[in-house]
Amino acid sequence: MKEPNLQKQTASNPAEMERTRNRKVYVPRVDIYETKESIVLLADMPGVDEGSVDIMLEKNVLTINGTVEPVGFPEHNLVYAEYDTGDYQRAFTLPEEIDQNKIEATVKNGVLRVVLQKAEKSKARKIAIKAA
Amino acid sequence: MFGPVWRFGRIVDLMPEVQRLQREMNRLFSGVSQPFSQDFPAINVWSGEKEIIVSAELPGADPDGMDISVVGESMTLSGGRNPEALKEGENYHRQERSSGRFSRTLQLPFRVDAANIAARYGNGILHITLPRAEADKPRKISIKAE
Repeated sequence: MKEPNLQKQTASNPAEMERTRNRKVYVPRVDIYETKESIVLLADMPGVDEGSVDIMLEKNVLTINGTVEPVGFPEHNLVYAEYDTGDYQRAFTLPEEIDQNKIEATVKNGVLRVVLQKAEKSKARKIAIKAA
Repeated sequence: MFGPVWRFGRIVDLMPEVQRLQREMNRLFSGVSQPFSQDFPAINVWSGEKEIIVSAELPGADPDGMDISVVGESMTLSGGRNPEALKEGENYHRQERSSGRFSRTLQLPFRVDAANIAARYGNGILHITLPRAEADKPRKISIKAE
């Protein structure tokens, strides 16, 4: 059985764009599930709060950005480290038409939850083919 | 006559480097390397004069279900999180987040004052402050001039 990888992964090429700030970028682990009316996305982003996460939907590409300020204790020395802090970035192409006005996002305990309501199904159209 | 011995010495000096290279090559091609230990959760430790601070990233954990216990010089941190409960007709597109119980025991560098341990959980990050026990604090020994 494959050992589950429990640590966060560094982004190999975050959104194919260079960033102005020289900071590590991580790919948040996500769960995405579909209900009848919506698509729900859950992302593990420890260190972000509601003010430091940005969600963008352009056409059908959903981009999540989270900024994390490094924590430090000025009177203490970091003597042992297993994880590093950095920003989060990940983008998804959404499968169905999403109602852009009905996107709800919440952050609780470092987990981002985005609920994307599906748009009313556009009516099926029959396309008449004309003889040339 | 001293030439070969001297040269031999150089080869011996090179061995650790050769072994390191070999390890690197093995690591590159085995595909099993892990950048960090697989102990969960990953922790960072800050050390100060009077206390140490242990932090761990635990997104989505229930702070009430977390348990920190100290016995002697070891601290055990345990807790968990539940998977999202899906209703009938809902299905996962992808499921990457892990869920379940975890428990991790750390060896502390000194005895701690168990009564004054403070833990704070915010934004998915747990910080535990462990003050050094009074009896264990270093004492300054003055040197008298004769």
